[in-house]
Amino acid sequence: MSRTLYDKLVDAHKVCDLPDGDMLIYVDFHIMNEYTSPQAFSGLDTKGLDVWRPEAHLAVVDHVNATRSNEPHDAASKLLIDNLESNCTRHDIAFYGLGDQRQGIEHVVVPEQGLVTPGMLIACGDSHTTTYGAYGALGFGIGTSEVEHVLATQTLRYKRMKTMRVLIEGDTAPGVTAKDIIMKVVQVVGAGGANGFAVEFAGSATQNLDMAGRMTVCNMAVELGARAALIAADEITETALQGHSHSGRFTYNGESWHSDLEAVFDKEVTIAGGDIEPLITWGTSPDQSVPITAQVPVASDYVTPKAKAALARSLNYMGLTEGQSAQSIEIDTAFIGSCTNSRIEDLREAAKILTGRHVAAGVEAIVVPGSAMTRLKAEAEGLREIFEAAGFEWRPEAGCSMCLAMNDDIAMDGERVASSTNRNFEGRQGRGARTHLMSPAMVAAAAIAGHLADVRDFK
Amino acid sequence: MNDWQGKDGQMTKTIKGISAPLPLANVDTDVIMPKRFLITITREGLADGTFADLRFDNEGARRPDFILNKAPWTQANILVVGDNFGCGSSREHAVWGMRQLGIDACIGTSFAGIFYDNARKNGLALPIVSHQTRDLLLRFADDDNGAEIEIDLINRTITAGDIDAPFEMDPATQTALIRGRDDTLDSLEHAGAIREYEAGLKSEMRVSVIK
Repeated sequence: MSRTLYDKLVDAHKVCDLPDGDMLIYVDFHIMNEYTSPQAFSGLDTKGLDVWRPEAHLAVVDHVNATRSNEPHDAASKLLIDNLESNCTRHDIAFYGLGDQRQGIEHVVVPEQGLVTPGMLIACGDSHTTTYGAYGALGFGIGTSEVEHVLATQTLRYKRMKTMRVLIEGDTAPGVTAKDIIMKVVQVVGAGGANGFAVEFAGSATQNLDMAGRMTVCNMAVELGARAALIAADEITETALQGHSHSGRFTYNGESWHSDLEAVFDKEVTIAGGDIEPLITWGTSPDQSVPITAQVPVASDYVTPKAKAALARSLNYMGLTEGQSAQSIEIDTAFIGSCTNSRIEDLREAAKILTGRHVAAGVEAIVVPGSAMTRLKAEAEGLREIFEAAGFEWRPEAGCSMCLAMNDDIAMDGERVASSTNRNFEGRQGRGARTHLMSPAMVAAAAIAGHLADVRDFK
Repeated sequence: MNDWQGKDGQMTKTIKGISAPLPLANVDTDVIMPKRFLITITREGLADGTFADLRFDNEGARRPDFILNKAPWTQANILVVGDNFGCGSSREHAVWGMRQLGIDACIGTSFAGIFYDNARKNGLALPIVSHQTRDLLLRFADDDNGAEIEIDLINRTITAGDIDAPFEMDPATQTALIRGRDDTLDSLEHAGAIREYEAGLKSEMRVSVIK
């Protein structure tokens, strides 16, 4: 019987069926942060429960911490950080806190520490846990009640999802990155188009991506509603896992984690790699994007009154006029960071654009490397000098920072940000803040131009 | 025959009340619970944060044009919502806040996966209906006469005036909402099966994180 990679992963982790139709699945590895875990630990206390297998968990501070220094910037963030540390100490769980050289954004830290291998099941109280699908591992986000459930039982109650395969075939053009590929998929499938599905990305444009690119693709798959995203493990995966410094004690054993050739998916989507251009979002949902060479939509592009009203609402929030060219959108801020695009590969791509150039007058440009290790590596490669010479502020500490603005990096009402992050929701980067999503190289280009710009014009 | 009996013999068979229309598509959890309310280590005190930027202006005054600020919808305990409700961040605070604001159910055509699971854990019912039924219910909810909707969780039907429509809900979620039991404690009854699975765990899957 042919099976998809997703079904193989679910089958391999099934503990038992439950009477109500769900199953219990085993969680090999669980990651926590400071803001979605406190109530899970207090739940354990209330019920008098212990952690089932403490060594299978890692806690990382990333969401609320300042990135200017390794001291909490206010009492509230200190409370969350201290609470996580004391919970971990009490329950004998690994804790990578501020000042620890292994600290950083959880989804950057985990692969860096060699804690993901094909075939694993990984859960975390963060929606972007889909990132680990890049390794042929089943990763997905959970809520706080489920964090408590994993801590107490090392399992989750689970319902098997439908499967979707997104084939991206053919070479992509120069200047088109993994970020543009996943933004194109979100545009085509829609913001809720994969609700209830586990999505496998395949096709030559996917398989040609390096691990950082694959992580960007799987990371943002949650923006199309996918609860899980997968890419088959192959030689690129194996090479990436070799010679790695490991926080865990396991190694890739060569077992194949891919869909069988004859496997049938519930839904298939095909996108030609050659059709993808560098994209920017113009609206307040990640599927509201256009090529950088195009214009913001006009009302006549839409049929129903509801759709026309939605366009008007988005444009009003974003302070744009219909039909405006993408490249005429002037920015206040450029931000490179987040679990989507803050890896060393992302910083190198942005640095290529910044070399020998300077940020436009009036633009505030910030880069927050995804982890302490990433920062040190980038500094050793001379990237910090390139960013700083171009007028970027190089943050010394790692975290989610302005992606969701839970720390002190908050965009002001009306402030317009070119951002290498994953969500352009209303209020995401600050109340009234306006977010345009794009690749890190495109953020660098926008920072230099002072307006959204085509990275292909920066030879 | 389903076993729907709750722990203390309690069962939630129906949800009844005034419904408010919230037709926007892709309402995300950042909008439901803005980040400035997330700096907390408890589940409490989140009612004011729920839909805060829709309910209040920058000075903290109620926006008179927002549906939940207008009678009779100030009393609404059911929302009729747009497609892909609850997308984005995994923050369960969004569901805690909605419950604390007095919301018992959201009727829609599709919900984001993590939000759906969070809702189940907190007794927030999310009946899934067709686009046609949802649009009829939006119109019904928009009527300011304060007429009630009734959601029958056992038979999976919604009644509102002349509207009598079925809804989708997977059996496990349906059972969980009706019984209102604690999943963590229930799952620990399978501790033997978990230990057995663990005994066969391959070495490359057996993570041991260095402290």
